[in-house]
Amino acid sequence: MGMLEIRNLHASINHQEILKGIDLTVGVGEIHAIMGPNGSGKSTLAQVLARRETYEVTQGEVHFNGKDLLAMKAEEAACEGLFMAFQYPIEVAGISNAYFLRAALNAQRKYRGEEELDAIDFLPVLREKMRLLGMEERFQSRSVNEGFSGGEKKRNEIVQMAVLEPKLAILDETDSGLDIDALKVVAAGVNAMRSPDRAIVLVTHYQRLLDYIVPDFVHVLANGRMIRSGGPELALELENKGYGWIEPVTTGAL
Amino acid sequence: MTTANTIQDFTNQEYKWGFITEVDEDRIPKGLSEDVVRLISSKKEEPEFMLQWRLKAYRHWVSLERSQSEPKWANIKYPPIDYQNIVYYSAPKQKPGRASLDEVDPEILKAYEKLGISLGEQKRLSGVAVDAVFDSVSVATTFKEKLAEKGVIFCSFSEAVRKHPALIEKYLGSVVPYTDNFFATLNAAVFSDGSFVYVPKGVRCPMELSTYFRINAADTGQFERTLIIAEEGASVSYLEGCTAPVRDENQLHAAVVELVALDDAQIKYSTVQNWYPGDKQGKGGIYNFVTKRGKCLGKNSKISWTQVETGSAITWKYPSCILIGDNSIGEFYSVALTNNYQQADTGTKMIHIGKNTRSTVVAKGISAGFGQNTYRGQVKIMKGATGARNYTQCDSLLIGDKCGAHTFPYIEVRNGSAQMEHEASTSKVGEDQIFYLRQRGLSAEEAVSMIINGFCKQVFRELPMEFAVEAQKLLSVSLEGSVG
Repeated sequence: MGMLEIRNLHASINHQEILKGIDLTVGVGEIHAIMGPNGSGKSTLAQVLARRETYEVTQGEVHFNGKDLLAMKAEEAACEGLFMAFQYPIEVAGISNAYFLRAALNAQRKYRGEEELDAIDFLPVLREKMRLLGMEERFQSRSVNEGFSGGEKKRNEIVQMAVLEPKLAILDETDSGLDIDALKVVAAGVNAMRSPDRAIVLVTHYQRLLDYIVPDFVHVLANGRMIRSGGPELALELENKGYGWIEPVTTGAL
Repeated sequence: MTTANTIQDFTNQEYKWGFITEVDEDRIPKGLSEDVVRLISSKKEEPEFMLQWRLKAYRHWVSLERSQSEPKWANIKYPPIDYQNIVYYSAPKQKPGRASLDEVDPEILKAYEKLGISLGEQKRLSGVAVDAVFDSVSVATTFKEKLAEKGVIFCSFSEAVRKHPALIEKYLGSVVPYTDNFFATLNAAVFSDGSFVYVPKGVRCPMELSTYFRINAADTGQFERTLIIAEEGASVSYLEGCTAPVRDENQLHAAVVELVALDDAQIKYSTVQNWYPGDKQGKGGIYNFVTKRGKCLGKNSKISWTQVETGSAITWKYPSCILIGDNSIGEFYSVALTNNYQQADTGTKMIHIGKNTRSTVVAKGISAGFGQNTYRGQVKIMKGATGARNYTQCDSLLIGDKCGAHTFPYIEVRNGSAQMEHEASTSKVGEDQIFYLRQRGLSAEEAVSMIINGFCKQVFRELPMEFAVEAQKLLSVSLEGSVG
């Protein structure tokens, strides 16, 4: 039984079907990479799992740690330990990073019946995670993502993940828009989160990220369906041959 | 759709201050006439100059009413007000003299307890002196003796008229003359009470002063008048709060506030306005038609207005500064929220007359439900105001797609050396923003509340500490059910 069990998942937005029957099992301690061309449904899959309500699930089942994920609201999924690093992190003016993250952590702790952390206990935790991601301390008092560069926003997502310590982390195109140095920092941050108790799903277009975060499994998504699964070598193959060589197969055979 | 529901749930919270207190009221019959004005004045045992001033105001108001000169320019809609269908004086009966709190009707003390304002000796808000105005009169003022040690006068307006007539005669109407506008004129004729503050030369008022206004009686109008004078080098921070019971009919509240700051004096005036806003269909609620103005008379003086306006069916108010003294400073920080069918037309006027005068305007409008929110501001640089500067920032936040935000900034510059800055923005609380916060574990309500508090931060940080917390809570309550 996997931590995440997806069975025949169909989802649409504005009555247009994007996911057309996804099956995927992610075991605890595993890292999975989901790759695929633009428009294949990768980000939709990530957002459906994070319970964004703009997507309508029309068929299928998803279980997260044995619970019905599709019955959960976004915040419930988050409190159950599902984290999504956003492709385009959102700005929240006037709310400091530290305040926001403590509020989020405390909402999750409250849900789990744990005691809430005050600022004195929380700040050292935040500082340590920020140091790990090479973010200067001043970022803790800056408004959430406001005026951050693309790279800073992505690093900030990983800081949030490190503080919230999710059971399942879904990273949606976290590598996009990063230069090679920033990519290394982010990858190191993610690798530090690798744990036998945690699963990570990397959603990415490029193989590049997988040089630094080596996955256990690679899946290829095209036109709303998983068309191929394999080990890390599949990513390299894709890198060399592009998506073209498998795509025609799918349209015919699946 | 789901976001719409969330926003709706968020803005649909109930008004929690809507209870009615059973007290014996001394009320005069409905209607307005010269006799009513005389009656109010005699009930207050006023000196002759006050009566004459009221009568001049009344006669002027009659001519204004005849020529139908109720202000029509504001972006608000309401049915005609029948000024003869209002009770102009209603006061809880109490023993004369009001020597101590023991003589205040326990029901009234209970009402204030319920509002979180303790007038009892033991549980007073530490460091804050409170004047409690219940319908037409002030029922209690705390810490008077302690303030008197420093020479600070803090009392009800009626008491000031009796005990400090010279100060009243000198300053009453000196900032807002009785001819100023329709509602200010009406107020001048019939005002019944309010607060009076006098801070003598060189004194920093040792504590926050605050007035808590409560409308209780039905069919009454509330017409209070506040006058604050800060002498040379004096400083004072004053806060007012207001609530009213839930009633189906609209009630008129037409107040006047006058501030006078002499050389090097500072007045900070904060308002948390939470009059009953009406129900979800827009029935009932307070018409909050208020004239507030400060005069920076002395050089290097400063007047700062901070307002958080979440209540009232209609808000019509423009706390303003007349910057006469050289180097004087005017500030206006505002959060105005309109939900359901609330309307607000609010902003400020900054009139620069002295040299090197500076003003800052930060106005945040939040519209939800069917709310209509208008910012109206005027910045005027007069000919002699060499080196004047103004910075205006005017931001609107929309929640849902049935509300409106409007801005009418007027800028008039008659001196070429002036520096003017104006920034404006309009944004929407988006589904993507809410989703982001929810993905981190916050509920939809918490998410919207956080977004809005962030939006208002520049204004909240101007409020005295304990009230900033109150204001944040109030905002999320007033918005509950609006997330959608």
